[in-house]
Amino acid sequence: MNFSSFLLMRQEILLLTIILLLVVAEISISQSKKQSIVHLAIFLFGIHTIVGFFTIETSSLFGGMFHTNDLIHFFKNVLNVGVFILLLQSADWLQEKVVDENKGAEFFILLFSSLLGMYFMISSGDFLMFYLGLELSTLPVAALAAFEVTKRISSEAGIKFILSAGLASGVSLFGISMLYATSGSIYFDDIITVISSTNLTILGFVLFFAGLAFKISLVPFHFWTADVYEGAPISVASYLSVISKGAAVFILMILFFTVFKTLMHVWENIIYVVALATMFTGNLFALRQQNMKRFLAFSSIAQAGFILLGLMTGNQLGTATIVYFVMIYIFSNLAAFGVVQAISLKTGKENMNDYEGLYRTNPNLSLVMMLALFSLAGIPPVAGFFGKFFLFTAAASEGYYLLVFLAVVNVTISLYYYLLVIRAMFLRTSDQAIPYFKNKLYMRLGLLVTVVGILVIGLYSPLYDYIFELSKNLN
Amino acid sequence: MDILSLFVVVPVLTIIALVFAKGLKQARLVSMVGSMVQLGMAINLVFAYFKERAINDGIMVFTKDFVWFEQFNIHYAIGVDGISVALLMLTSIVVLAGVFISWKMPDLPKEFFISLLILATGVYGFFISIDLFTMFVFYEIAVIPMYLLIGIWGSGPKEYSAMKLTLMLMGASAVLLVGVLGIYFNSNADGGALTFNILEISQVNIPFEAQKLFFPLTFVGFAVLGALFPFHTWSPDGHASAPTAVSMLHAGVLMKLGGYGVFRIAMFLLPAGAVHWSWFFIILAAIGVVYGAFGAIRQTDLKYINAYASVSHLGLVLFALLTLNKIAWNGAIIQSLSHGLLTAMFFALIGMIYGRTHTRDITKLGGMMKILPFIGAIYVITGLAYLGLPGFSGFVAEMNIFVGAFQQNADTFNRVLTILVVSSIVVTSVYILRLVGKIMMGPLETNEVTDLPRATWYEKTGILLLMLPVIGIGVAPFWLSEMIMKSLEPFIQGVL
Repeated sequence: MNFSSFLLMRQEILLLTIILLLVVAEISISQSKKQSIVHLAIFLFGIHTIVGFFTIETSSLFGGMFHTNDLIHFFKNVLNVGVFILLLQSADWLQEKVVDENKGAEFFILLFSSLLGMYFMISSGDFLMFYLGLELSTLPVAALAAFEVTKRISSEAGIKFILSAGLASGVSLFGISMLYATSGSIYFDDIITVISSTNLTILGFVLFFAGLAFKISLVPFHFWTADVYEGAPISVASYLSVISKGAAVFILMILFFTVFKTLMHVWENIIYVVALATMFTGNLFALRQQNMKRFLAFSSIAQAGFILLGLMTGNQLGTATIVYFVMIYIFSNLAAFGVVQAISLKTGKENMNDYEGLYRTNPNLSLVMMLALFSLAGIPPVAGFFGKFFLFTAAASEGYYLLVFLAVVNVTISLYYYLLVIRAMFLRTSDQAIPYFKNKLYMRLGLLVTVVGILVIGLYSPLYDYIFELSKNLN
Repeated sequence: MDILSLFVVVPVLTIIALVFAKGLKQARLVSMVGSMVQLGMAINLVFAYFKERAINDGIMVFTKDFVWFEQFNIHYAIGVDGISVALLMLTSIVVLAGVFISWKMPDLPKEFFISLLILATGVYGFFISIDLFTMFVFYEIAVIPMYLLIGIWGSGPKEYSAMKLTLMLMGASAVLLVGVLGIYFNSNADGGALTFNILEISQVNIPFEAQKLFFPLTFVGFAVLGALFPFHTWSPDGHASAPTAVSMLHAGVLMKLGGYGVFRIAMFLLPAGAVHWSWFFIILAAIGVVYGAFGAIRQTDLKYINAYASVSHLGLVLFALLTLNKIAWNGAIIQSLSHGLLTAMFFALIGMIYGRTHTRDITKLGGMMKILPFIGAIYVITGLAYLGLPGFSGFVAEMNIFVGAFQQNADTFNRVLTILVVSSIVVTSVYILRLVGKIMMGPLETNEVTDLPRATWYEKTGILLLMLPVIGIGVAPFWLSEMIMKSLEPFIQGVL
């Protein structure tokens, strides 16, 4: 172990440094200047995000426990950008509500720890590292979900999350132990060579998948989602729905396309059914939601169902379309959550009918929301359309026309409830419309970045070509 | 910048200019200038097309091709033939007329014109595309602004209508997407690379099994927009609730996307599928023609009458396309143009009447000729053109369709259906003449409405814009037929 091989982990080390710096800052900054910790954290994380874009070579560390390659590195960068946007969007909330309670640094430390866990999870080369990463990414989020301790609903969210997460990771661990029993190894590279479709392996695989499915909130492991999103602070719900889900999808894809490739004839069918169940459940439950957070929770369940379509290929095309879609999804969902956050912070209103007449009072916020929802619904020319179209193309390339057909039926269903929000904002007028307000700089920046992302990612095709090139690393 | 891409660039520039416009006056001025430039470009394109056609023998002329998504072989590929040139011309006329008719838009004028031009951008882009993916993108761009246009500026049950229309059309485009993907993944049947390019796919012999599977998906995907029975139900509600200019654009132009897509994609790329399935869809189309006509008789709301009439007349387009006959196809294209202009005129006139009398109920209207002579006279003329009076475009279109459909090589099945469909002409006369008799010539219903404001200059301009080509096509259809007939050749090779 020398210095240059440590540099392969520089994302992790840098993030750890930031966490430690924030601990020091929390201790040393005087009470009257506590607000500055938000600026400091955003500044440090901004630097971290930029540094992340320097390329990294393909290699592995610790005897194969820790992998890194261009694709993994790229995905970490995507997560970084997502978290950075999230920080920008939650800065106002932190400054106004959290710092006064002396919990500013705590928020960042927990959030970054969770992100660190995701780094390790997607870089993992064996099930031990994977499990550690999974736990590290999950446990701090439970604390974050219960962050507004004075609110009963927030504590409830925390408890619900920790209980379900604990169960899920237990089930997952049980599955891993079975895989170990049949293959005699926990290293991915070793398992690939010996894995075969014996009954015990398949059982182990299914249990393992259930644990990850919880993180992505696939049906039937989605029950925690809406309640936790509703109770948790919006920043945390947003984090759960984009960053946490994105990372879990990514590692799921890696494992499916490498370790469990031999079992493709098994998981094909599982994914087929789960994808359909997830899409239909998410969409049908979203139809009647009034609370915007619950609404976005079910919408994000449905989106996860669409992502699974890309898994059906098991090849480079599938990898590229999934990564591309997840990236677009991060931008779109962050934009939607950002608007909800901005409005909730100023007025405390979170229901759909509170949004009535919003366009006439706050045109810019409404337009951001509209773009975000169009992107989630898959309407051209915004990015979401391209993401969805390519996912469908990937599934159709393997001849799953019926699945694609049912998926596009779901797109139409989802369009209905996305249009309900647009109806409230644009079509309706209201006497109690949310009055005009001006967002602070951080929030405006956070929304601006997402809008640029939504508009550019789809139309700018070299980005997709780049991701496609990177996807070679996996297959 | 090439001559075709301008059709997308100019509306986009107009939209950008509109973003910075302030108030109604600036907004409508900007939109008018932008639409006039588009009309100028369309006229220029017609002449350029004839000039180019003399030296260029390709299926499409003015073709340009830029790689977009290399991995999927998606290109931004454009090109036109006589059919698309004619439809581009129609679009530019109706858009400009629509801007004139919306001269006094009271609520959120800037947003209205922006949405209108987004719709126009989608339509232009659709007609110039020869790449399936690009075409699909433009198709959806054209449909989605309808939600806002009807929902914000509409009347009556506007939220319901807007939602119904959007969901049905987007649902159709979802079906279409599967069809498009099916065509795409069979485009390498002859050993070439997968492609979205229409011209390249048309050279490929897609396996019959695949054609049989994907033709219905592609056909229905487009035909819903062309108001195919029984998927037409969005159209009456949508048209009735939409503001005047949007009804004009929607019935006049957007619904033509359906017929054009059926022809250009479903029938051109999947000819064997078209032959295999034509018997089934032609029945639906025939039902649509007759059903629409009878539906129109029963209505008392002017807009509903017109909307059902549209179902009937566009059913005729689909019917003609499915007869797989060259003369009928020619008629179908002319019918598309003629119906686009006439129905836009109807909606414009209805908008004017409604704006003055605040009712569209025919039982409450009467004697309009006395109090609104210009509008009344034009209404009568439009009605007569609509029911196919010689000298107007409607006659040329229907004549071609029925002659083609009844030709020697037509089998008994087609002939019986043709006879059935011809009967719709009679029904059309019934509802048009009854309407004209009641609300134009009939006695005044109330005396309160004796001094309504006369038609203004911008309304007259809009109407005349639409009127001129109607008479033009009616009196001298040959240059148009020539333009279309030549472009039909490649289709005939595929299907017949």
